[in-house]
Amino acid sequence: MSEDLKKTIIDYVKKEYLEEDSEEDVDENTPLISSGIVDSFSMVSLKTFLEKKFDIKIPDEKATTEAFDSVNNIIALLTEFKVT
Amino acid sequence: MGNIGNYDEKYSSFRWKMSEQELSYGKDGMFNLAYYCSDLICERGHGDKLAFLWQGFKGEKKEYTYHDLSVASNTIAQYLAGHGMKPQDRVCLFMDKIPELYISFLGVLKMGGIVQPLFSAFGEDALFTRLEDAQTRAIFTTMKHVRKIRRIRDKLPDLQFVFVVNAGDKKLEKGEYAFSLAGIPRVDTFDIYKADPEAPSVLHYTSGTTGKPKGAQHVHSSIIAQHVTARWALDITPDDIYWCTADPGWVTGTSYGIIGPWSNGVTQVILDAGFSSEKWYQFIQQHKVTVWYTAPTAIRLLMKDGTSMVEKFDLSSLRHLISVGEPLNAEAVIWSEKAFGKPFYDSYWQTETGAIVITNFPGMKVKPGSMGKPFPGITATVIDEKTLEPITTPGRVGLIALKPGWPSMFRTYWNNKEMYDSKFKNNWYICGDRASIDQDGYFWFVGRDDDVINTGGHLVGPFEIESALLEHEAVAESAAVGKPDPVNMEVVKAFVALKSGFQPSADVELSIMNFIRKKLSPLAMPQEIEFVDSLPKTRSGKIMRRLLRAKEWGEEIGDTSTLEND
Repeated sequence: MSEDLKKTIIDYVKKEYLEEDSEEDVDENTPLISSGIVDSFSMVSLKTFLEKKFDIKIPDEKATTEAFDSVNNIIALLTEFKVT
Repeated sequence: MGNIGNYDEKYSSFRWKMSEQELSYGKDGMFNLAYYCSDLICERGHGDKLAFLWQGFKGEKKEYTYHDLSVASNTIAQYLAGHGMKPQDRVCLFMDKIPELYISFLGVLKMGGIVQPLFSAFGEDALFTRLEDAQTRAIFTTMKHVRKIRRIRDKLPDLQFVFVVNAGDKKLEKGEYAFSLAGIPRVDTFDIYKADPEAPSVLHYTSGTTGKPKGAQHVHSSIIAQHVTARWALDITPDDIYWCTADPGWVTGTSYGIIGPWSNGVTQVILDAGFSSEKWYQFIQQHKVTVWYTAPTAIRLLMKDGTSMVEKFDLSSLRHLISVGEPLNAEAVIWSEKAFGKPFYDSYWQTETGAIVITNFPGMKVKPGSMGKPFPGITATVIDEKTLEPITTPGRVGLIALKPGWPSMFRTYWNNKEMYDSKFKNNWYICGDRASIDQDGYFWFVGRDDDVINTGGHLVGPFEIESALLEHEAVAESAAVGKPDPVNMEVVKAFVALKSGFQPSADVELSIMNFIRKKLSPLAMPQEIEFVDSLPKTRSGKIMRRLLRAKEWGEEIGDTSTLEND
């Protein structure tokens, strides 16, 4: 797994979905959707970020709450699109 | 056969007075609904019964008996009175689904205040609009959300107190007070405010097509309807373990996440976590939930994970399933029969009605896709849009209309009597939805009668989104409409014309999405943005949203004679 890829996603989640001085921390295993850090509506903005950043198109059937529920799950999804 | 027994018999014989008698409503001159949700249950000998079990995302749990609920809400009422709060003061609850949210709801009412619950995912603009309109005097929040309040506090001169729950030793700002139930004197008995049955109780904000969100004001006697509808439509009994998945920031979360179940002395379970099929099923299995009230959007998300996920769990405790928020499609009803061995019963109501008004009842034949029949005590029909007279031809579409006078009907829109009055025509309350009635008396939902977007069971006003979009540096003009969505029924789509110097790009799209998400809420965030050179307008310059909406829904565009460039 590319550390850069992991860091890119974690940094984005922290910046966009947590308040500036939030006590919550996010690592690659932190549940995102099921914890409520990213709700199912906001998932679309996270998907848009990934598509833009990596120049891919994630089909709706692949964009499940499970696939987005942690940075590790997202990385697994991205590898399907040859993003590493 | 459920609690209601024979529907037709009940519909013809029921009077609201019967629910009042069952509740002993008005006992010793007491009409404050908070009493009936806590103290009365204790007086009836059930103080040791579990009122609710709360579970956090990490599995942590807290339990409160009805006695605990009574004492804790007394403690909050005394705390507020001690700060000089007065009856009719508006007190906002702006928290995730933590125990203090539920307890303070009753505490504010016991003090005589008006509760203003707001969805904790609201951004600062959405929060400001609602606090400013209500001239809110105090707010309960948590460290997680207090920063949003700090950013708008200077513009809210009426907001005197910000109570920060479980702030610990965190540094607070001027006018903020650390609040902890364990950290203030316990109050065993409190002189509950003797509210008039018509005294304001709850202020729930809801969106319309035009203007700012409106505060639908309810009164203490709403409990008469919420109590009996919980018994007959949700079919709850004192032995049930009941789970309402709605957030009390919305009306379902207060009418049926607090008032209805607790006035019936039921044990509730509350899960404060985001959506996950697996975790939801685990929760039902672990706590042996018997009655489950949720939303079509959640059901459709569960459907995506299929029946194989259901089969991993023992969900045999489930006895009755109900749905609310948007029309429940026939496929979801059929799927639930396959997955859980029983159908979801759809229910229809809205913020303004305060309680269920049309629903499918236990024991009644469910027609998948139908809204069901009017609740006893409710006179419902569909009326012709032009004549405003009831339609008698089965299947013909009209506006859903209710005869005013049921106990939980809103009494006004806060500071907006004109808008309130506009909802009543020809002695009917007009719900703003279109439907038909079949030959058996079942109602069938067709759609909204305005531009309000129903996304995931929540109404979002296009005007509020468009106003916020204009604050984005790149946006010259915009229109927000609902577009069909297989899970959420509708999602927000924005048509955006950019200012000169900006070009359509994925960067701009993402920037606009996140801007709206933070300013308003995730629900209001456009799930799709279409960049256009200009928007269709009337000759007087008004954006013709209906053209854009019709295009999204594949409908006829209709009359375009007033179109600017036609």
